[in-house]
Amino acid sequence: MFWQMVKGALIRQRNRFALIALTVALGVSLASAMLNCLFDVGDKVNQELKAYGANIIVTPKNSTVLKDIYGLDSREYLNEEELGKIRTIFWTNNIVAFAPSLEGSLDSMPIIGTWFNHKMTLPTGDSFETGIEPMKSWWQIDGRYPVDGTNEILVGKNLAAEKNLKLGDRIENLEIVGIVEGGGIEDDSILANLPIVQSLENLPGKIGSIEVSAITTPENDLARKAAENPNLLSQQEREIWYCTAYVSSIAYQIEEVISNSSARPVRQIAESEGKILDKTQLLMLLITILSLLSAALGVSNLVSANIIECSRELGLLKAIGATNLGVILLVLAEIFIAGIFGGIAGYFLGLGLAQIIGQTVFGSGIANNLVVIPIVSALMILVLLLASIPAIRSLLSLEPANVLHG
Amino acid sequence: MSLLELKGVSMVYNGKVRALDNIDFKIDKGDWVAIMGPSGSGKTTLMNIIGCMDKATSGEITLDGISLMDVTDAELTQIRREKIGMVFQQFHLIPYLTAAENVMVAQYYHSLPDKDEAMKALDRVGLADRAEHLPSQLSGGEQQRVCIARALINYPVLILADEPTGNLDEANQNLVMKIFHELHDEGHTIITVTHSTDVGREAQRRVIIEHGHMRESED
Ligand SMILES: Nc1ncnc2c1ncn2[C@@H]1O[C@H](COP(=O)(O)OP(=O)(O)OP(=O)(O)O)[C@@H](O)[C@H]1O
Ligand SMILES: [Mg+2]
Repeated sequence: MFWQMVKGALIRQRNRFALIALTVALGVSLASAMLNCLFDVGDKVNQELKAYGANIIVTPKNSTVLKDIYGLDSREYLNEEELGKIRTIFWTNNIVAFAPSLEGSLDSMPIIGTWFNHKMTLPTGDSFETGIEPMKSWWQIDGRYPVDGTNEILVGKNLAAEKNLKLGDRIENLEIVGIVEGGGIEDDSILANLPIVQSLENLPGKIGSIEVSAITTPENDLARKAAENPNLLSQQEREIWYCTAYVSSIAYQIEEVISNSSARPVRQIAESEGKILDKTQLLMLLITILSLLSAALGVSNLVSANIIECSRELGLLKAIGATNLGVILLVLAEIFIAGIFGGIAGYFLGLGLAQIIGQTVFGSGIANNLVVIPIVSALMILVLLLASIPAIRSLLSLEPANVLHG
Repeated sequence: MSLLELKGVSMVYNGKVRALDNIDFKIDKGDWVAIMGPSGSGKTTLMNIIGCMDKATSGEITLDGISLMDVTDAELTQIRREKIGMVFQQFHLIPYLTAAENVMVAQYYHSLPDKDEAMKALDRVGLADRAEHLPSQLSGGEQQRVCIARALINYPVLILADEPTGNLDEANQNLVMKIFHELHDEGHTIITVTHSTDVGREAQRRVIIEHGHMRESED
């Protein structure tokens, strides 16, 4: 009987209940899209961040200064033989990968010598495999990576397009085995094994810079203080700092082992990105709350209008013996059924919306986080209850004698 | 002891409008009383008080041994559900439920819906064949008979009908009055409100309200 009445009311007032469902759907779709983005945006931004390259870049100590002051290339280099020392620092296990880089030119095209996947013996006697391949996980290679110690090369996508180079083509005696797209300078260069560029430039055993990828502890006040000048730390602070895997302490330790080097964390970018991330997440949370609140307001208006329209019937139910609770349950059931339909539709709408946001903002999909379902459900129930409060109050004050007055 | 007894009952709306003034009234089990009087004299007000839809401002009311003045609103609802069967001038059916379902709603709020009982009640008012029709598919007279079936379904001790024939033509009025006669003959206690002296004359006893005062009719 109860459900028959609910069904009857829903069908009779289908337009109004459709509006309620639509209002809930809009609110829930925005909320679930935003929550999905919220949960995924951290990963997304981290991926974006990785695209900026290594955490730490090691260059010859004076090159930057001289370049800046005199506007000329100082032509200072690091020694290739010292590379293995990077894996001897205190935080050696946090060093994920590193790769040297030496710039030169070939047929007036820029060429970079590096390691793709280089097996090396460390000073400790262990062997370690590293290079660009494990470090640049986001690079897209049409073809494959060159094999270590061969004449195989990669050509950047832009350069290949400009010079009309294809897989299998040769530049001098170098064979193109892959076209690379990474979003950095590699897109405009040739990438070859390090020895090739060293002999081209007549710089045996020399490298221009090292990129290091390391697992680091998030920065805190101590790390920031140290980053300004490690010498200002107290003995105790210094010990804590040195023995914590901050990017600055790892960089400092690299400087200690590579002679005449300057290791700089690529941190500025990371930090501002972190702030933007916080703000973006706050904004998303705000949109979630506001969209649900406006849904609550909309539903509340619709429900109140509904109660006024049905006051005769509801009064009649009271007159023939329905308790306040009975009438309230009836009205709540109607609201919740409409709301749940709207909520389900809204959730799926929200998944679509999240994908659109993901594609336009991050250029990739957003993971559907299942945690969003219980959160959104709980929020929706809260919204519906909130929206029902005015209706419940008017139901309580509904006097059958007044509505039925004849 | 009377089934219903009012002693010095007054009803004042908003502290100003004195709709009932010191009413004394009694009805015994099995009686049929017609309440008559001009418009605005307080008939509906009295019916609402007797029907437990409203509380009087002052006085004493006992229905079936229960004093209606010292109960809570929730208890009043329960007494209404258990003891009163109500028929309104406007037919007041739920528009999206069939005739049978409209009768069953009253059962639902009273105890349990029982289709067979509901069908019997509809049969009682001659509408067994219209059970599955919606109110909009029934004539005014038929709708009013559904309301009577609904009023009867929970075996009330008192049937209240406020202008039950006010919106009906003569044929339908006669049909409805015939049902009331049958109910009276079966021993039901009935109070009807009416403007019409013809309808009033059908009852066993008549009282007249004027400006909130009540007196027995002379004839
Ligand atoms: N809820 C209310 N608030 C204020 N005044 C009311 C209310 N209900 C009724 N009244 C007043 O009480 C008086 C009696 O009204 P009531 O409805 O009982 O008359 P009635 O005899 O049923 O009239 P009718 O024959 O037109 O139905 C009228 O003056 C009316 O205006
Ligand atoms: Mg009246």
